[in-house]
Amino acid sequence: MAASLRALRRRIRSTQSTKKIFSAQELIAGARIVRAQARVEASKPYAREITRVLSALASSASLDHPLLTERQNPQRAAVLVITSDRGFAGSYNVNVLRRTEELLSLLRQEGKEPVLYVVGRKGETYYSFRHREMADTFTGFSEQPNYTDAQAVGQELIAAFTAGEDDEDGDAGADGIFGVDELHIVYTEFRSLLSQVPVAKRMAPLEVEEVEEFDYEREDREHGAGGNDSGVPTSYEFEPSAEGLLDALLPKYVTTRIYAAMLEAAASESASRRRAMKSASDNAEELAKNLSRQANQARQAEITQEISEIVGGADALVKAGAGD
Amino acid sequence: MATLQVELVAVERKIWSGEATMVIARTTEGELGVLPGHAPLLGELAGGGVVTIRTASGEDVVVAAHGGFLSVTDRGVSILAETAEIASEIDVERAREALRRAEDAGDDPEALEAARRAQSRLRAAGESA
Repeated sequence: MAASLRALRRRIRSTQSTKKIFSAQELIAGARIVRAQARVEASKPYAREITRVLSALASSASLDHPLLTERQNPQRAAVLVITSDRGFAGSYNVNVLRRTEELLSLLRQEGKEPVLYVVGRKGETYYSFRHREMADTFTGFSEQPNYTDAQAVGQELIAAFTAGEDDEDGDAGADGIFGVDELHIVYTEFRSLLSQVPVAKRMAPLEVEEVEEFDYEREDREHGAGGNDSGVPTSYEFEPSAEGLLDALLPKYVTTRIYAAMLEAAASESASRRRAMKSASDNAEELAKNLSRQANQARQAEITQEISEIVGGADALVKAGAGD
Repeated sequence: MATLQVELVAVERKIWSGEATMVIARTTEGELGVLPGHAPLLGELAGGGVVTIRTASGEDVVVAAHGGFLSVTDRGVSILAETAEIASEIDVERAREALRRAEDAGDDPEALEAARRAQSRLRAAGESA
């Protein structure tokens, strides 16, 4: 009996110390969400401006840039998956990887060969454990991505996309490099603290995405710029040329979108980590409570047994004395 | 007096916004000054460039802007940069150090890029580069 009491006490202690770890993680993740959300907000003005500039360009330049044109016979499609570096985040990685699998099988059905690019150690482990080939991996920044990280990823993807321009059936084309014909991205969208949804999007050939919650016309009305319904002036002067600008702008636009996706993913990661850690510390508390109940019971049983042993012993002595 | 509504945004945050009387920048084609009422224009900023914003109160805000675009519309001027720093916030010593390191690193494109970034920061801070 004494042994089980000791075992219970030991379990209570270890449960309590893991609970401390969980609640510390919860607090850290909580602080990180706020910071990540602030960074998402801070990156919005740039995204808005670059979209506006691009829309202006799109209305003026002839849009035959390789990043904008659909390839005749797409063979290979790059898929960029954004996962986290660390675990302890509940179903965050599982969800994003499941969404990726869906996309991969869809691409295979369409006769395209998917090429994987993975951000985050968890995704890397997932695919290397399954002996799946990855074109490249990027790790070490999933919680706090910088623009330079997004740039590194973007450059590689755009290079692969450009290299894919001259590929023919099973032939790497003039440059001798197998490129890709499409770029997809899978990341977790941060809707709110309670809901983060894994989404898959196509980045290239790209459609210029309007930034939501931005109303050009209202903006026009507020600034009193009349007579311009589209909100985008049609008679731009270009320095250097519209085509030259498009060349310089499009890769940056792709990088901006990767960066935005990384920021959203970072916010989602922290949010799901906080939720997972919250329920883990709640569970630990529950467990500690049950264990201490059991320990108390064991302690009481021990005492009862001791008393009954003493009483039994005393009785036996009295009986023995009475017999004399 | 007529003013321009200027927005200077870097990828990671908004750097400066406000009223200005003039914006001076250098595009890949050459130096350029924008006054209120300028025709709509879209330009690519030259690498390692410096943008000067003359505010409505007459001060000059000098900014090291790297890898960016300048867009002039009837609403105002927006400057987009991959990295941007206001002159008063630039650490000259660090920029010099970065420039030296980049120059030592040789001729690969990344080092040249870094060197240009450092040069633009030094120029914006009013140092020779």
